[in-house]
Amino acid sequence: MKYIFPMAAVIALVLIAWIGSKIPGMQYLFGVVVPYAAIATFVIGFCYRVVQWAKSPVPFRIPTTCGQGYTLPWIKYDKLEAPVNTSQVVARMFLEIVLFRSLWRNTKAEIHDGPKLTYESSKWLWLFGILFHYSFLTIVLRHLRLFLDPVPGFVLAVEFMDSILQIGAPTMYLTDVTIVLGLLLLFGRRLVNRQVKYISLANDYFPLFLIFGIAVSGILMRFYIRTDVDIISIKRLAVGLATFQPAILTDISSIFYIHLFLVSTLLAYFPYSKLMHMGGVFLSPTRNLPNNSRMVRHINPWNPDIRPHSYAGYEDEFREFMVENDIPVEKGLPENSGE
Amino acid sequence: MGAVKVVKVDKLAKSVVQGPSLMTGSYPTKDWMDVPAVFKPGNFAYPAKKEKVEYMNAQQGLSFPNAREWWPEDDDWKLPENWKEIILNGLRERLDKFRSLKIFMDCCVRCGACADKCHFFLGTGDPKNMPVLRAELLRSVYRNDFTLAGKLLGKMAGGREMTVGVLKEWFMYAYQCTECRRCSVFCPYGIDTAEVTIMLRELLHTVGVGINWILEPASNSNRTGNHMGLQPHTFKDNVSFLCDDIENLTGIRVEPTFNRKGAEILFITPSADVFAEPGLYTAMGYLLLFHHIGLDYTWSTYASEGGNFGLFTNNETMKKLNAKMYAEAKRLGVKFIIGGECGHMWRVLHQYMDTMNGPADFLEVPKSPITGTVFDNARSTKMIHVSEFTADLIKNNKLNIDKSRNDHVVATWHDSCNTARGMGLLEEPRYILDNVVNNWYEMPENCIREKTFCCGSGTGLNTDEIMELRMRGGLPRANAVKYVHEKHGVNTLGCVCAIDRATLTSLVNYWVPQVRVCGLSELVGNSLVMEGEQRQELEDGLRTIL
Repeated sequence: MKYIFPMAAVIALVLIAWIGSKIPGMQYLFGVVVPYAAIATFVIGFCYRVVQWAKSPVPFRIPTTCGQGYTLPWIKYDKLEAPVNTSQVVARMFLEIVLFRSLWRNTKAEIHDGPKLTYESSKWLWLFGILFHYSFLTIVLRHLRLFLDPVPGFVLAVEFMDSILQIGAPTMYLTDVTIVLGLLLLFGRRLVNRQVKYISLANDYFPLFLIFGIAVSGILMRFYIRTDVDIISIKRLAVGLATFQPAILTDISSIFYIHLFLVSTLLAYFPYSKLMHMGGVFLSPTRNLPNNSRMVRHINPWNPDIRPHSYAGYEDEFREFMVENDIPVEKGLPENSGE
Repeated sequence: MGAVKVVKVDKLAKSVVQGPSLMTGSYPTKDWMDVPAVFKPGNFAYPAKKEKVEYMNAQQGLSFPNAREWWPEDDDWKLPENWKEIILNGLRERLDKFRSLKIFMDCCVRCGACADKCHFFLGTGDPKNMPVLRAELLRSVYRNDFTLAGKLLGKMAGGREMTVGVLKEWFMYAYQCTECRRCSVFCPYGIDTAEVTIMLRELLHTVGVGINWILEPASNSNRTGNHMGLQPHTFKDNVSFLCDDIENLTGIRVEPTFNRKGAEILFITPSADVFAEPGLYTAMGYLLLFHHIGLDYTWSTYASEGGNFGLFTNNETMKKLNAKMYAEAKRLGVKFIIGGECGHMWRVLHQYMDTMNGPADFLEVPKSPITGTVFDNARSTKMIHVSEFTADLIKNNKLNIDKSRNDHVVATWHDSCNTARGMGLLEEPRYILDNVVNNWYEMPENCIREKTFCCGSGTGLNTDEIMELRMRGGLPRANAVKYVHEKHGVNTLGCVCAIDRATLTSLVNYWVPQVRVCGLSELVGNSLVMEGEQRQELEDGLRTIL
């Protein structure tokens, strides 16, 4: 039941924006002050976190090899899963970040009478993850049209592709459907899969609900609650925000302020949450290092001064036995135990 | 401290399937944070003996404070008064020293991809054996004391205060993880629970909590050069006995040397190989192989341990124990080092040694004196795996092999965790197997190569008092062995790991008693046609009793 509080929190956020934006004079707070504060929090927080990570050294080169390593020339090695140079590492990271390669490997284990264990390929998590992340990315790119004048070609292209089915008026975006679907599936997984249910924290439900709120408020605004949703004045506000000349010239519907407030919350929350996996995935030492530890020495900046129990000390302790058993020694048995 | 009775196999076979657990379909009634760790005979490894802790603490560069008599079942673990401060400061220090730790604390989204990848979870169904929860044991404390969200929201943000109860839980679950890294293969961020377990164990040592089965071998290794505590003459004797056995079997007298200056190559293998079956046969395989090709090499009694229980303790101990290898190579003036068959040993050699104790500028890039092959893959560390060396010999037709000498063997291949996921040594053993054994079969694909299952007793957990845990943890491996045993009549489980040779033997004895365990070099040794041999029909290879 750890989702109750996060759900309540998102509902509270909606109510705050809804009621707040209706109070005369508060539009500036919700339309300008909060978004600026959120963006600042996001940018500063994100950078801070990345810098914090980067400040810790990588003392050891510890890639997880998921294939044959580079050894003898006649043995084919796995350039992607046991990379030995930078370009191969980049390729491995690219597949990890863009195609979620590790999740593609996922299996589901079951235990049956016998006992008999089985491991079946299970790509659901991969699918839900891809569905959600790419929908989100597309939507973010589409929204650039609000901030940029003229609208760049690639934004138009994304928008065109996203509305290619030409259903409804205004045209329905594919990603409107897929992001909601992705979120519902990811949430459903946390309820249905026993293991995932047990490990889920409030921190895992909150971003799901928050993004769900953003998506739904956006969809409502586009298709259903269109009173006072004037795209021209919204774009003017957005461009104003982007050019640091913000102005709210006309009344804009509360649904817009709800949407904007939830987005602001997401931005501000991002650096302090697990959502930082977006940055962290680039820095994971088991993925972003080459498997060349025996070829190129890796330097540990804090390598401690630790010496082995010395051979001399060893020989001193066991010299007699060594001599007796014809094991070569450095010093030989002393006539008088000097030193 | 009487022997803990091991549950009967039928009973355990039922329990793993029907016992109520997260693995078998039931759902815990309590949140994991509300379930305390309860110690009872059989679920914990015995604490490190006071004198071992004292000895380790007295070594240059090492710190093992709070040596004392204590017992996990007792309420009072006799922790230092400021234990909490020590732990939190220790965590802070490690966050600043290991980026891996910071990233792994921050990035997990609890997607659960790792959950059913852990052999301990599969065998016990204990939720805290899901890698994600194992990490959460530490992460919850990290969140509480080191993150803004945790400081503001506490439990709501998944934070948890560090208490004695939490510490006890750490002890329980840091020693139900074998650092096998299987979970990290499946994690979308590569989160490696081995890193988390290593940190947990390091932190526990800072307040004097450790297990004897690790610290005693580590202290032995420091003093006598090997985990088994074999003194130089005993070590030499043990190898000599193997030479006697070889002579009886083949008529060949092998004359290995010890601590010999001027040898071309230093050979280091886990001391278990000269100490107990079935490792002994692996060692006989090395001896035969090196004799067969006339290798100019020496053993060392000072660096007589390939394994490194420091890896299971803390990075300082790992460095200290490992440092003997280069020190000895330098003293003896060899050109390079060949390492025997061992899993975690090779994790240390491949991923840590050069960083910790290099540069090995007094050695030469390994070049096989027999084939002339230069091992470019080890050009900096200057140490090669015996399987790399052997594969190259076979490829260059330098071995006189009679495969039929292994016809009593129907083998399968166990990729050891560390060589598979910490090195990528997958094809060399298979190539060697193809060339020395007529009959061998792979286990199912989700259980081999980078997805291989741990023996369930690695990282110093192969101690008898936790036998049931070990049999549970090893179940996934044993189950795959059973599968190929039933399907193909497999009777031999090959591996390149000394811990495996010991632990898989217990494991298959329990779950698949028709199968036995051997090192790869034993199979090589079986198949070699030695010059001048007077060999009788060895029906059981090097294991034949005449």
